[in-house]
Amino acid sequence: METLILLLVTGLGLGALYFLIASGLSLIYGLMGVLNFAHGSFLTFGGFAGMEIARRIGAETWPQFILAIIVGGAAGALFASLTELLLIRPLYLRHIEQALITVGLSLASVALMEGIWGADPIYVSGPAILSEVTEIAGARIPNDRFLLIFGAVAILVGMLAFLRYTRFGLIIRAGVENRSMVTALGIDVRTAFTLVFAIGGLAAGIGGVLASQYFGYVSPHIGGTLLIFAFIVTIIGGLGSLVGAAIAAAIVGVLQQLANFYLGGTGDLIVVILLAAVLLLRPTGLLGKRAH
Amino acid sequence: MSLLSVKNLHAKIAGQQVVEDVSFEVPESGVTAVLGRNGVGKSSTLKALLGLIERSGEVSFDGKPIQNLPTHKIIRLGIGYVPEDREIFAGLTVAENLRLAERDSKPNREMVEELFPDIYSRLSQRAGTLSGGQQQMVSLARALLNTNRLLIVDEPTKGLAPKIVTQVSEVLKKAAETVPILLVEQNLKVVKQLAGPCIVLEGGQVVHTGDSNELLDSEELTMKFLGVHGGGKETGVS
Amino acid sequence: MERILSFIKRPSTLVSIGLIAVMALLPVLNISIPGILPGPTWSPGSLQLLALAMLIGSMALSYHLLLGVAGLLSFGHALYLAMGSYGLGILLRETNLQLLPAMVIVFAIALLAAFLLGFVSLQVTGIAFAMVTLAFAQAGSVLIRRNSQFTNGEEGLPLNIANVPDFLVGVFNTRNLYWVALIVMVLCFLAAAWVERSRAGHVVAAIRENELRVRVLGIKPLQPKLIAVTAAGVMAAVVGMVYLVLQSGTSPENISADLTLTILVIIVLGGVGSRWGAMIGGMVYVLLEQRLTAFARSPEIKELPEFLAIPLSEPLFILGTIFILVVLFLPGGFAGLGRRIVSGRKAKLKELS
Repeated sequence: METLILLLVTGLGLGALYFLIASGLSLIYGLMGVLNFAHGSFLTFGGFAGMEIARRIGAETWPQFILAIIVGGAAGALFASLTELLLIRPLYLRHIEQALITVGLSLASVALMEGIWGADPIYVSGPAILSEVTEIAGARIPNDRFLLIFGAVAILVGMLAFLRYTRFGLIIRAGVENRSMVTALGIDVRTAFTLVFAIGGLAAGIGGVLASQYFGYVSPHIGGTLLIFAFIVTIIGGLGSLVGAAIAAAIVGVLQQLANFYLGGTGDLIVVILLAAVLLLRPTGLLGKRAH
Repeated sequence: MSLLSVKNLHAKIAGQQVVEDVSFEVPESGVTAVLGRNGVGKSSTLKALLGLIERSGEVSFDGKPIQNLPTHKIIRLGIGYVPEDREIFAGLTVAENLRLAERDSKPNREMVEELFPDIYSRLSQRAGTLSGGQQQMVSLARALLNTNRLLIVDEPTKGLAPKIVTQVSEVLKKAAETVPILLVEQNLKVVKQLAGPCIVLEGGQVVHTGDSNELLDSEELTMKFLGVHGGGKETGVS
Repeated sequence: MERILSFIKRPSTLVSIGLIAVMALLPVLNISIPGILPGPTWSPGSLQLLALAMLIGSMALSYHLLLGVAGLLSFGHALYLAMGSYGLGILLRETNLQLLPAMVIVFAIALLAAFLLGFVSLQVTGIAFAMVTLAFAQAGSVLIRRNSQFTNGEEGLPLNIANVPDFLVGVFNTRNLYWVALIVMVLCFLAAAWVERSRAGHVVAAIRENELRVRVLGIKPLQPKLIAVTAAGVMAAVVGMVYLVLQSGTSPENISADLTLTILVIIVLGGVGSRWGAMIGGMVYVLLEQRLTAFARSPEIKELPEFLAIPLSEPLFILGTIFILVVLFLPGGFAGLGRRIVSGRKAKLKELS
């Protein structure tokens, strides 16, 4: 029972990381039809930015740590906005080329970060309480898991509120449904494009700081590994659906942990099988509406 | 001088030529009808001049060339667009659909509410759950919320019950008092009630221009260009 | 007979045959290309490198069927290369099968796997297809890394030479492997051309341009797409088998997304849709890659100020940046550039005459 609880919470924590990438991927794809292969780099960059803050001013107290999170998020958002403005926008509506250019960006940016920070992991620490454990029904659960889950839920709620209550949110929701009709109402959707990239980058950047707490280190390849599962989460959840991505992230994270423990390390395989099953039975994913 | 002038317009959808060398003028007032059988490129012509599909040629609005402007800038010159199949945002509420469409600082909310009391009683309902007629009202309302210099309306009565068709027709007639309309319409009865000049397309090209009523009163021309009998005297084609 | 004759008489065919002949003669010639080849063309080091270049060229040809012909963006094509190399490696280690029968079995397995995985992933189109293929390759990668009793895990699987014919083993026989690689590349080129010109090839090309129109004609797009995907997978598996023998082993890197991305980069640089661009691009890439690495490690780079030295000492940064620039400014890749230069010159000649 203790093991099961530990696995469930850890799975949700991992799912939280997947969600922080998948939410941006899903919004970007939903609105613009762009597969963003560089999204993992946004997360990695956020992680390194947070690490730099921690190295300079420390991250042992909560204000310091929160500053690291803010800087990480801002770094991700900045990187993402520049990507949209400089690389994606000139290739407006040419989806294959847009995907290709993000491939180039991911190669170049990972290599650049390797050049700057080295290929080896850099170990980071946060507030002491994160490396302690909390007992729930006898299970000893590392506190960083709760931070991840809290972070992902906060981002989900924030994004949903943004989409629901702001004019930009309205434009994004309408654009996911029917982009050309939004322009036919006299609205410049390109602003919304930059915005979803910024939001996605923000979530990924925060994810980078949180991921470095979960893994205990940050390395240039941290984003690429998570990205692959985030892709899977995005498809299972349904492209363009935030809530779908959240549900799928939780399912994938938990399933992976359970299978790794009870079925002899088959977690990744089970996830891919789940993906295949979803594709065959429900190609639009859990909450997806239509394919582009 | 005409308000909208189209010269040698060509357009493609997914690499396929759908509008070939179309030229016409839309005058400063009244309803100009674009007629023709199904699939001759009427809707594509409208989309092309709004920049919604890949196009080439010359389009000028109020003397200003617009063929290279992106869609949202063309619309902001003062064009209201009511697309074929309504294209309301099904997942958004009625209120959100309307709010999204407001581009003027002082939208004509009272006027629109007066015209469409039915949809104003369903503001918090998801637009996708509305009936076809109500969806068309939302689509019209979106365009009429702003003060336009031209309305482009694409098959507004398609698939609607006769009673609603009359209602839509009334709305357009009223709108036409203050703003010129470029109208694609298959229902010849509606055309007869509204339209002045007309442009007939076939195979992506203009094959006839003239007066709507003259065309519809002539059995021969109606048969030749639109492939239907009757000139819309008694039976409209729905 | 006449068709064959006219085919042979075509100038492009003659040029190709000439090129193949030159390539085939390289191992018995003594040509040095300093800066590109490590030694004279007959030396095992050069032949090994050239053979690898031809295998990557073949791999690019197989990917050309996906992206260039069918317009399918796959991020998991490396899976089939790994299927060939690991499949053959495991069979040769675990069974007493001779090389040829083992290859036939792996061929059959790859055919079946490419068909089944293709069927599942083609349930979605476009960008989603890319994500799904990536996920499948990822699963393969996990299987290889986790099951080290068969695959030797991270260490990589060495080739068991007990049942490999002698003429393919040892440094002195590198020239035989070179010829095998040449044959594989020629076969891949012909196979790609054949699929491209077959009915299925024409249909997938039409789908690439306008899926809706093809659907309206009542043609189901799944079947021809599946043919292209299966053919590409099988070709990659064959390349993988030869790779295993040439490199005397294989490693998990050969199934990583990086390998697929490399092939994708080659195709885009060579020019999407160009068979020659894919093949030559693959070969040039292998030769350039080691130059790029040497360049990145050169003392001249180290002496540059830091903000230049850091990026320039990363080969992948340079490659990624070139790639971005080509996508932005050189649609059609280098093949497209070549075509434009040639047609430009022809147009000029016309003007003059």
